[in-house]
Amino acid sequence: MANKVKEPLIHITRRDAIPWYKSWGYRAGAVLLSMAVCALITVLTTGENPLSVFGTIFDASFSTQRRTWVVFQNLAMLLCVSLAVVPAFRMRFWNLGGEGQILAGALATTACMICLRDALPNGVMIPVSLLCSIAAGALWGFLPAFFKAKWGTNETLFTLMMNYIAIQLVSFFIIVWEMPKGAGQIGIINQSTEIGWLPAVAGQKYLLNIIIVSVLTVLMFIYMNYSKQGYEIAVVGESVRTARYVGIKVERVIIRTMVLSGALCGLAGFLLVSGTDHTLTTSLAGGRGFTAVMVAWLAKFNPIWMILTSFLLVFLDKGASDISTNFGLNRSFSDILTGVILFFIIGSEFFINYRISFRHSAKKEEEKHV
Amino acid sequence: MFDFFLTFIPRAIIQGTPLLYGSTGETLTEKSGNLNLGIPGIMYVGAISGVIGAFYYESSLPGPEAFNGALAVAITLGANLLGSLLMGLLYCFLTVTLRANQNVTGLAMTTFGVGFGNFFGGSLIKLSGNEMPYLALNRTSLAFRTPMPGASTTGWFGQLFLSYGFLAYLAVILSLVAAFVLKRTRVGLHLRAVGENPATADAAGINVNRYKYAATCIGSVIAGLGGLYYVMDYASGIWSNNAFGDRGWLAIALVIFTIWRPNRGILSAYLFGGLYILHMYIPTGTDLAVKELYKMAPYVVTIVVLIISSIRNNREKQPPASLGLSYFREER
Amino acid sequence: MNTSAAVEMRNISKRFGTKVQANDNVSLDIQRGEILALLGENGSGKTTLMNMLAGIYFPDSGTILVNGEPVVISSPRKAMELGIGMIHQHFKLVDVLSAAENIVLGLEGKLDLKEATRKIREICDAYGFDVDPNQKIYNMSVSQKQTVEIVKVLYRGADILILDEPTAVLTPQETDKLFAVLRNMRDDGKTIVIITHKLNEVEALSDKVAVLRAGRYIGTLITKKTNAAEMTNMMVGRAVSLDIDRPEPEKPELRMEIRDATVRDEEGLLKLDHVSFDIYGGEILGIAGISGAGQKELLESIYGLQRMEEGSILFHDPDTGETAELKGKKPLQIQQMGISLSFVPEDRLGMGLVGSMDIADNIMLRSYRNGSYGFLNRKDPKKMARWIVTELGVSTPGIDTPVRRLSGGNVQKILVGREIVQTPRVLMMAYPVRGLDINASYTIYQLMNLQKEKGVAVVFVGEDLDVLMELCDRILVLCGGKVSGIVDGRKADKQEIGMMMTRVGGEQDGQ
Repeated sequence: MANKVKEPLIHITRRDAIPWYKSWGYRAGAVLLSMAVCALITVLTTGENPLSVFGTIFDASFSTQRRTWVVFQNLAMLLCVSLAVVPAFRMRFWNLGGEGQILAGALATTACMICLRDALPNGVMIPVSLLCSIAAGALWGFLPAFFKAKWGTNETLFTLMMNYIAIQLVSFFIIVWEMPKGAGQIGIINQSTEIGWLPAVAGQKYLLNIIIVSVLTVLMFIYMNYSKQGYEIAVVGESVRTARYVGIKVERVIIRTMVLSGALCGLAGFLLVSGTDHTLTTSLAGGRGFTAVMVAWLAKFNPIWMILTSFLLVFLDKGASDISTNFGLNRSFSDILTGVILFFIIGSEFFINYRISFRHSAKKEEEKHV
Repeated sequence: MFDFFLTFIPRAIIQGTPLLYGSTGETLTEKSGNLNLGIPGIMYVGAISGVIGAFYYESSLPGPEAFNGALAVAITLGANLLGSLLMGLLYCFLTVTLRANQNVTGLAMTTFGVGFGNFFGGSLIKLSGNEMPYLALNRTSLAFRTPMPGASTTGWFGQLFLSYGFLAYLAVILSLVAAFVLKRTRVGLHLRAVGENPATADAAGINVNRYKYAATCIGSVIAGLGGLYYVMDYASGIWSNNAFGDRGWLAIALVIFTIWRPNRGILSAYLFGGLYILHMYIPTGTDLAVKELYKMAPYVVTIVVLIISSIRNNREKQPPASLGLSYFREER
Repeated sequence: MNTSAAVEMRNISKRFGTKVQANDNVSLDIQRGEILALLGENGSGKTTLMNMLAGIYFPDSGTILVNGEPVVISSPRKAMELGIGMIHQHFKLVDVLSAAENIVLGLEGKLDLKEATRKIREICDAYGFDVDPNQKIYNMSVSQKQTVEIVKVLYRGADILILDEPTAVLTPQETDKLFAVLRNMRDDGKTIVIITHKLNEVEALSDKVAVLRAGRYIGTLITKKTNAAEMTNMMVGRAVSLDIDRPEPEKPELRMEIRDATVRDEEGLLKLDHVSFDIYGGEILGIAGISGAGQKELLESIYGLQRMEEGSILFHDPDTGETAELKGKKPLQIQQMGISLSFVPEDRLGMGLVGSMDIADNIMLRSYRNGSYGFLNRKDPKKMARWIVTELGVSTPGIDTPVRRLSGGNVQKILVGREIVQTPRVLMMAYPVRGLDINASYTIYQLMNLQKEKGVAVVFVGEDLDVLMELCDRILVLCGGKVSGIVDGRKADKQEIGMMMTRVGGEQDGQ
């Protein structure tokens, strides 16, 4: 008897796995495509020829040494937050609270720098504020993790809300500490004494941050791949049942991992205040908590891919903001380009995870799945 | 005391209306199982699209006397709807058709949307030749802000209930309609089934993807209206970059606060609106710092609601069960 | 009145992939107004056959006639149009909706819950269902949910109802109630097919019984004119000789004493009811039973994954001669007591292994705590992985291949291999050869025998009675969470075991 079942024209099945070079090929293709679209948008809005646009973008990051340092500083900060959210994601825990955890850490550092400036010498101040910021970030990570482990409270929404609590806390303290009164901002803290400022290494004020984050990248890579805790995180993320079967205390792993994640965001806050900005604003985190989520997710926790993705985003961000100054556009231009690139990378995941086959070959596939 | 309420309540309502739009839209979206974290971006895009429409209408006029309020409203609304609809479609294409991760997609949309809003906002400000960093669309805004008839003649009643532009009433109507559709109609029943258990809905012959697309796009359009209300009514037609602030996230918080019920959203939105401006009415008023702590209240309250509902584990008060997951029939 | 049968299935065949012939040229008639029991062992093709009536699967070949007319059943919706409704083992209900809302889900037209409620009440009154249309599903017991599923099918106007092992989830009282309702429906002219492997249910309920074995149709009997022995015969067939080695146990010694093990599931249903037996080192203890008779709970509670409400598990250490109580201990605690239990769970990739990790990392699951200073030691697991791959003949590109990409047999070899490398005192295996081809299966049998010869106590939960009888020294038969009996594997009779699987204590205890 003829099979009269109407088959869909396109049949989509999940792929087993594709070799790494293919999946990277898809991603690279997506990036190239997105660059083309970005170029098109830029050309349309500026009327400039594409080559000079790319020239501007490149110059923005590499035309002067100072610019290159800034790019690497920004890259380091984004990477630091991305590294921080990696363990949580590996565990399938959506830490969207990076923004708040950074601010919590930054707030703690600022508090130390302002309240203890007369009490502590610089050599003690820096470790103290480092510890405080790590503790503050860890606390911001602990709260949602505790409720998730105990009652399964939705962590996506919880961490999201924690961001705004941190922002309002920071707003509160900015007014408490504002300098001068009524300015609505703190200004550069300890400008004359430089107490609590991270020292410049080899004359470069960003170098220490970059070194710290580089070390952190290596440590995180080791932690995730070669430590028992990293292994436990991977098992819990993959299958809670398997974790219980081998005797892993799932609740403890959830809390421990989120404390770590928050602590590293807190560290990023410390680096931002103590290392570069020397002040506290509500936009200090600059959306890095969210961008990091996308970087970590899209890079599938692969550190090299994370560095590349972060670099791409920072590079374009700088480039786009230069284009906007050069052509009298506005700085938000870079957010549009970032968005476009992200959409393409997000979309490319589909072609990595799924196979699309057309009607004639669909039947065989179906058999497999029944 | 009465006077206090007479000034406080209308302000809370005006402050709460964008949130109400956002939360109604997001509730519909989440009912289909899509956690759209792009809502803040969509509200920005909705707002700027409306502003673009209004700007071009106003600047195409030969003179002020040619201004037609109804036409201005129509053009602005049309541009607004189109902008938010396209954002909704983009989100659906990525998460439903391409099954991309919803959180990542939503965050990318927010980055994009806020950037889009500020970019075009900035460009328009430059085009308008304004020295100040804002764009004023007074005439269109006045058309949006026309109060109900009798607002000024009915005393306190008019002040409390009739003094708003039509979009404020539309927000209430839309949330009531959304509540009705979800609770009483077949479409609503099917939508709830899709968000709770797409496999079961699929087995019952419901087209899961179509429902997800429809709910998310309609939700985006409604949320986009919130952005429009903010510029045209609350801000009196003045666009300045980033002024919309974190209201989009507050709208998402509101969805949790209302436990996914649009009809509860009305009073809750006004409550959030009230909390947002409460600091202005606090006797300690001189301390500016404290007002920032008051602004924290909506988020704290939302977390408390989230925690309590998970501890009590009441099945009626949980997020839709498949929230955040993409559906693929052959996965099971 | 149409005199033809309600459903006629002619020469129906269905294959899955290249290996599994689920149905082979089955022809079956279902008469109007009767209750037909479709009887067969696990995997005999009963559900597949009925799924083709319900529009879930489409037959590879053969014809289906409904009321004498040839039909094409391409989807569940089409089946419903023909008046065929199936109640699956896994309910398709939305938890937060009410019964009435679930019942009308997917239908067209205006939503009128009042009218729907009225109609549901009517159906309930007509057949004696006890269901509150306004009650939410999450508040319902399993049997209430099942009732909602049945009413849902009737609401859509079905007059041919197929129930897939409806009693598997019910208490005896609930079963009686269901049967009463089904009889009412039959008396009303509905046609009912009940898929089962329980003989007492066949006898209690059905008018006729059709038997399937290994995907083939064996025959149809009138229930009143047959008996349990005849049905069992048809269901299990003659014992086949498989030529599996069975060395004589050497000096079996008492390893574990399980007494009055009682376990309830999350919904409070009794899954194990005062189960008592002994496990000996140097022998293979088989556990037989229909699916869901408590096998999973038994192994998991011994291993420490399920909480035992009552009872005790005593472990006798052959080296020290000491005895330890394992009840209430978690897997890790048992391990830390120095007691090595190995457990090959039924759900290999969902519980035993991590699909996305490579072979070596999966081997490490059991031993990752051995590394020093918080770091993993991958050297030993890699060595073990290589040993397992060569020793058990795992075909894989390398030990760094994610296990998800391996075939079922190779996945199982890795899991079993890992559990054996732990040098266990007790090795428990749940359905270790399910889905494996014949060669892989024999590898697993050999491994079990090797462990037995080393003095390990092997517990083997199986579904193929022929294998159990050829391999095991003793066979414990479970039935509905109770011990139905323990038989000697060398003297056991297949019919006898089949009987014990469906009735506690076998024939003499039957109702």
